[in-house]
Amino acid sequence: MARIIAGVATSHVPAIGAAIDNGKTEDPYWQPLFAGYQPSQKWMRETKPDVVILVYNDHASAFSLEMIPTFALGCAAEFAPADEGWGPRPVPVVQGHPELAWHMAQSLVLDEFDITIVNKMDVDHGLTVPLSLMCGQPEAWPCPVIPLAVNVVQYPPPTAHRCYMLGKAIKKAVASFDRDLRVVIFGTGGMSHQLQGPRAGLINSAFDQAFLNNLTKDPEALVRMSAVEYLREAGSEGIELVMWLIMRGALDDEVEEVYRFYRVPASNTAVGHMIIENKG
Amino acid sequence: MTEQKPYDDIPGTIVFDADQSRKGYHLNMFCMSLMKADNRAAFKADEAAYLSRFPMTEAQRRVILDRDWNGMLRLGGNIYFTAKLAATDGLSFQQIAAKMTGSTQEEYAKMMLAGGRSIEGNRSKMESNRG
Repeated sequence: MARIIAGVATSHVPAIGAAIDNGKTEDPYWQPLFAGYQPSQKWMRETKPDVVILVYNDHASAFSLEMIPTFALGCAAEFAPADEGWGPRPVPVVQGHPELAWHMAQSLVLDEFDITIVNKMDVDHGLTVPLSLMCGQPEAWPCPVIPLAVNVVQYPPPTAHRCYMLGKAIKKAVASFDRDLRVVIFGTGGMSHQLQGPRAGLINSAFDQAFLNNLTKDPEALVRMSAVEYLREAGSEGIELVMWLIMRGALDDEVEEVYRFYRVPASNTAVGHMIIENKG
Repeated sequence: MTEQKPYDDIPGTIVFDADQSRKGYHLNMFCMSLMKADNRAAFKADEAAYLSRFPMTEAQRRVILDRDWNGMLRLGGNIYFTAKLAATDGLSFQQIAAKMTGSTQEEYAKMMLAGGRSIEGNRSKMESNRG
């Protein structure tokens, strides 16, 4: 049977992708950040997942205001990097896993999570930057990836609790797939940041540290927080952190934090990263 | 429209909620059109003429022409959409963030390197007025 073995949380700042694509990873500004992900790339090479489920948000690339799905699951065979106004990132096309993705879609809907099934979707920096951070610059990504796009642009995003419960339903969906696959789930976005208005540049390191601690110790505390509290404490774009709770919900109750990295700033954002393994 | 919302007291922040989304639909869809190179060229050639393709209010056209980034948000713009206009102008996210906070890019970059804008005094309008 398929099973989720670990979770990865990471920010997905677009400037990180630009730094990689333009060969700036050794610049003094960026070097400490990329150094922080070296152990993660090693972990990824050693863990060799068969599939990655990647929870992220689209930033007005695949979805405009014409359609705003709250949860959109990518069921296609492949997903092209989106042109976000500067041409697509020079990264490999993302290969999907249609069998598992469709199985998840069916399982989730029957489990009363009415997700949107997507058969054509370009993927923006929200999805490709985490892959670059965890996998470097390979010719092809090391495994198939199932994108799960979450609306956090139009208020209200799904609640922290809904995200956490969706994670639990994903865990169940994967476990009922009749193939022997080792799956890693990524929750991306955050940490504290605000890109808009006079409060832009907000960083709340104390909130971020508490969030990182509670991700393994007391996720229920994070799940109880309202959207308004996230907006207030983590910034208007820090609300992306609810996507980390989908990842956390998909893991076991008993988990082990195997790696953590935190750095301020990358462009406008506090970068947070954690690798969490199921103990079983 | 005048109902009190639970996030109204967060200072310096416009939450892109239902009211803002309805108000800003055409403004944001204009920004979205700039994802295509042909449209960017047409916009740059004659901004006002290009804007007339979208049924926006005069006030919305004005804030776009003036590159009033906070004004765009106030009139229904969403930052991920207005960022496409910034990209068309060759501006980075950090450059428009600096403009929205009323600081120079240098000052803004320095603030970020020093750990960003503190949450202390910035949680609520009441708190920031006290501070």
